[in-house]
Amino acid sequence: MRILLVEDDTGTSAYIRKNLTAHGHHVDHVIDGIQGQRLAEENAYDVLIVDRMLPEQDGLTLIGALRAGQIKTPVLILSALADVNDRVDGLRAGADDYLIKPFAFAELLARLDALNRRSDNDAGTTRLSVGPLQLDLLTRVVTRDGKVIELLPREFRLLEYLMRHADQVITRTMLLEHVWDYNFDPQTNVIDVHISRLRSKIDKGFDTPMLQTVRGAGYSLKTPA
Amino acid sequence: MDTRFVNSSTFRLALIYMLLFGGSVLVLLGFIYWSTISYMSSQTDNTIEIDILDLTERYQNAGLAGLTQLIDERLARRPAGASIYLLTDRDLAPLTGNLDSWPVSADIRGGWLEFDLKHSHDSQPHRARARLFRLAGGFLLLVGRDIHEFEITRRRISMSLVWALGIMLLLGGAGSVMMGRSTLQRIEAINQASREIMSGDLSRRIPSRHTGDDFDTLADNLNDMLEQIESLMESVRRVSDNIAHDLRTPLARLRNRLEELHLDGTAGDVPDSALTQALQEADALLNTFNALLRIARIEAQDDNAHFTAVDIGALINDVMELYEPLAEDKQLHFESAIRTSLVFQGDRDLLFQALANLLDNAIKYTPAAGRIRLTLEKEDQQVCLRLCDSGPGIPESEREKVFQRFFRLEQSRSPPGNGLGMSLVKAVMQRHHLDLQLQDNDPGLCVSIRFPSTVSA
Repeated sequence: MRILLVEDDTGTSAYIRKNLTAHGHHVDHVIDGIQGQRLAEENAYDVLIVDRMLPEQDGLTLIGALRAGQIKTPVLILSALADVNDRVDGLRAGADDYLIKPFAFAELLARLDALNRRSDNDAGTTRLSVGPLQLDLLTRVVTRDGKVIELLPREFRLLEYLMRHADQVITRTMLLEHVWDYNFDPQTNVIDVHISRLRSKIDKGFDTPMLQTVRGAGYSLKTPA
Repeated sequence: MDTRFVNSSTFRLALIYMLLFGGSVLVLLGFIYWSTISYMSSQTDNTIEIDILDLTERYQNAGLAGLTQLIDERLARRPAGASIYLLTDRDLAPLTGNLDSWPVSADIRGGWLEFDLKHSHDSQPHRARARLFRLAGGFLLLVGRDIHEFEITRRRISMSLVWALGIMLLLGGAGSVMMGRSTLQRIEAINQASREIMSGDLSRRIPSRHTGDDFDTLADNLNDMLEQIESLMESVRRVSDNIAHDLRTPLARLRNRLEELHLDGTAGDVPDSALTQALQEADALLNTFNALLRIARIEAQDDNAHFTAVDIGALINDVMELYEPLAEDKQLHFESAIRTSLVFQGDRDLLFQALANLLDNAIKYTPAAGRIRLTLEKEDQQVCLRLCDSGPGIPESEREKVFQRFFRLEQSRSPPGNGLGMSLVKAVMQRHHLDLQLQDNDPGLCVSIRFPSTVSA
């Protein structure tokens, strides 16, 4: 991935750069909003990481300016402002995701991955398929190797989200935000329980487990080799 | 009169004051009575004395005949019945005078005496006061006055004094009740405000009329005290929030370093499991800090700009659905009953979080095969959301404490948790001005949240 990082805090930016580079991504880094806007306009990045509070021009203004100029590169806002309202403001300004500082690198990586793939994932399809797994959005029928799998509505949405982001790491927070549509902090492993139920339905009786747990990060729906 | 008034110190003070005042008035009136009466009776006695002096002088100068003549003269001059004269021989046989016979009760040894007198034109006997004088030669002279008028006056005076006392007590009593009432009202206003402050509304102040009297001074002093308490509590909270905030960044850095080591596999001989464990510990610590800061943010926030119409029924269904697998794993009897629809202006995520925290607790503490029930129903003009479980419940004395930060019940030390779940619930409730109560479910706990009816749809 080619990533532009607009962040004025040296500690955070060094940490992000180092780890993203280690994961094989190319990172350009600037520290103020004006330079950020210029670079984003001149180059074709896969994803932008933008801090909210920046010198010269704040993050939200930068995103607004890019969107006004028809630049649709996915943007992830990085912010210490943790309020739900701040999040809403960020998304309204045209950002695609919002991550609160301090964050786990695995969370950032998973979200960047999801943003990058989203741009090539066509939202108009009515059938999703990952290896032997088929999901029909219209008839709401799920099959694996042609065998019908009965799912509850929430399990269906969970699987749909995992299939749209197949072979990516999906964090628990991402699931809460996109499958349950609530921004909240579950006290217990409630998401794990939902995942293990889904897993027992789609993997039980089949040779290769598809729904895998990624330690320290989240889950991933893997296409069998 | 209610018992609160009778028990009030104001009333007691008024009563004591009234008794003291009444006692002194009684003494004063008694003195007036006594001095008036003794003056009046000494007047009567003086005239009798002078009369006797005159008569005995005449007896010495002119003998029995002269005395008889003088008595007759006087009787003729005075109005009938006012003066009493009786002259008898030594056998008490009347010689002259206006008494037909010796009064029965009269003693013959001499001196002052009082007796009842039959009156010709009055059915009532009149009281008379007289003095008996022994003349030389064994004659007895009785000179007296009808003191009927005096007796009437005396009775009238004592009657009016009794009335005065009664009226004084009545007016004093009414006055002290009125005074006590108004004092009590002001004290009650202070008490009411104090109760509200104790129940958690620290921003409440004691009403003052700004007249500068002692009650206002008291109210002002109490308000100043509250101001200080509030700012102290505020600064304590700010300090803890600042600590959480300031420690969060280095902690996050520490966590990131651990994560890097874990991802890179550059930790050398440190086993991977130890690294994962350290990461989990750091995450738990960060979560606690985040929860603390989140509560602080919710409490600090005051605008409702981001409030939207939230369908509480749908919210309940969502939270039930989220926790259903957890409940099923514990074989809990898990059900909900939504008997009314309710659309409430609020923060959807926060309300969901609060419900999730409550349900999470219920599932955590209810033993396997227990029951959890979530209901939403109309209840006296309000809509009540109730979450009841069959767990161990919360002892009455601990119920207020569970909302304090980091408070954990003894029995709840074992299940995981940071002791902030209920604090967050409380913050969310206050943010929405909702009333949350913990009640006994016998056995278990019932949490009820009352939504104002005005926003029910």
